[in-house]
Amino acid sequence: MKSRVQSPKSKAPNAEDGVNLSVQIGGLTLPNPVMVASGTFGYGVEYVQLLDLNQLGAVVVKGIRLHPVRGNHTPRTVEVASGLINAIGLQGPGVDGFIKKYWPFLKTLKVPTIINIWGTTVEEYADVARRFDALGGVGALELNVSCPNIKAGGAQFGTDLRLIAQVVAACRKVTKLPLITKMSPNVVSIAPFARAAADAGSDALSIMNSYPAMAIDIETRQPKLANVTGGLTGPCIKPIAIKLVWEAASAVKIPVIGMGGIQDAADAIEFMVAGAAAVAVGTANFYEPQTPLQVIAGLRDFMERHGLKDVKEIIGSVAVKK
Amino acid sequence: MLTVPMLEQTVQIVSNERDTDSYFRLVLRAPQIAPLIQPGQFAHVRVLPLKDALLRRPFSIFQVGRDTFSVLYKTIGKGTDALARMGQGEELSVIAPLGHGFTVPKRGGETPLLVAGGYGMAALYLLAQRSPQKGIVFVGGRKRIDILCEQEFQALGWDVRVTTEDGSHGEKGLVTKPLQAELKRRTKGRKLFACGPTGMLKAVGKIAGDLDVPAELSMDEHMCCGVGVCLTCVIPVKTGPALRDWEYQRTCTEGPVFDSRQVEWETVK
Repeated sequence: MKSRVQSPKSKAPNAEDGVNLSVQIGGLTLPNPVMVASGTFGYGVEYVQLLDLNQLGAVVVKGIRLHPVRGNHTPRTVEVASGLINAIGLQGPGVDGFIKKYWPFLKTLKVPTIINIWGTTVEEYADVARRFDALGGVGALELNVSCPNIKAGGAQFGTDLRLIAQVVAACRKVTKLPLITKMSPNVVSIAPFARAAADAGSDALSIMNSYPAMAIDIETRQPKLANVTGGLTGPCIKPIAIKLVWEAASAVKIPVIGMGGIQDAADAIEFMVAGAAAVAVGTANFYEPQTPLQVIAGLRDFMERHGLKDVKEIIGSVAVKK
Repeated sequence: MLTVPMLEQTVQIVSNERDTDSYFRLVLRAPQIAPLIQPGQFAHVRVLPLKDALLRRPFSIFQVGRDTFSVLYKTIGKGTDALARMGQGEELSVIAPLGHGFTVPKRGGETPLLVAGGYGMAALYLLAQRSPQKGIVFVGGRKRIDILCEQEFQALGWDVRVTTEDGSHGEKGLVTKPLQAELKRRTKGRKLFACGPTGMLKAVGKIAGDLDVPAELSMDEHMCCGVGVCLTCVIPVKTGPALRDWEYQRTCTEGPVFDSRQVEWETVK
């Protein structure tokens, strides 16, 4: 038997070997560009026994609204070829529950915590943003305007140019924390949405949230999810996400955080070459919790192999013939 | 917050043999995990040869040795089919032990009555083995072939009562039939521990509630991450001092074992 943990214990992400992995997201400096995606890492504390959270670029927590949320009925997830469809329904403890139960742990981390927030009205987004602004010690806020699994809120805001701008502007008004807008893939063209978020004051974009999807049991003829439809994630969505990152990064000057099916360093580097300033590991956390640390180690190896001293040399380096 | 010591390791298969029909016994060499295991906990297994089925599969821990632990599984789909084709020396990625297990009965305490449906037997063996207080095991299945490890429980000195739906072995009928008959004789000083399909657990929970017998049930829910982050495997659990309200709790973390009185059965499918 050998230990599974292949994270580079002997080589911390920012070891003194002259390689710079740090990146900027708005005013926030990340020690390395590898974060975890909201909803795939709980509130961090669940994973303390399996990996060293302080080696991550940032911890991103599951979406929080003002009040506790019970979530959808079960079944809530279904495995599909190279992916997963989920319809959790943003179950969560609400702002007060989160601060009481999870913040005491999160604030002890050396790496930034990014809080994913949502609401059912523009005002609620701003209220939640105000609460986390007042908390102190939060790294950034990620505005979830793209969850496909809730009746009110979520993707309703992220697929309407006027509403996405209103949510971002309302949050911008109440906090100086870096704002990251998490984008829906379910739009005809992402460029105008990216511009709308940037113009309203977003400091960065997360691309992408899950893609609306469905699976049916052919024996019972019933949908496999209680919510009927859900959001598709995992390796099967990566090519969609790469294209959206490339389009958005070409449309705006603010940094883009790429996510969608990252399983290893090669996937992460592909996002960065497409234009992502940072990346997030999502569904892979569910089946291989070491993935974020393996990505960091692999990114370092890639840089050594290509003689790169700064990770920023990779960002947006895609060679598209005009 | 409930936390259990857990490890993620790549472990070797010691053996992976067919028990009967579509049931298999898988023994894994895991000297660091084995001593941590409590009755009713599970292992979350990644079958590495699977390429497009990404998720780990949860298995109740059956038996524990000094350097090993085993699981008893039935081939029911892609994951277990691939697992059944693996052999000695091959590797699996395991996160274990996981979950909140059974309360081991105390010497001189309540007499344990175990209720198992099919391979639910597997989750109850360690409890029977570690319980200083011996009791009765009620085992039910559809056919003779579904009655597992009857001899193993007998070897522990437990009274084993078998039922099959087709009457091919033991008493004909559902496992709850002899259980009810036994509880009719006496309820005082007895406690139920059950593992099996949700329908059976619901029936056992109802009997326990009606007769006011304490019951710990290992709930069977579709699972994804296994460590409490994805919120797939939730069941409705009563909360608050009067248990009037309910919330979704995680089978992988707050469970798989729940006090029957806390389960909001009206909402359980």
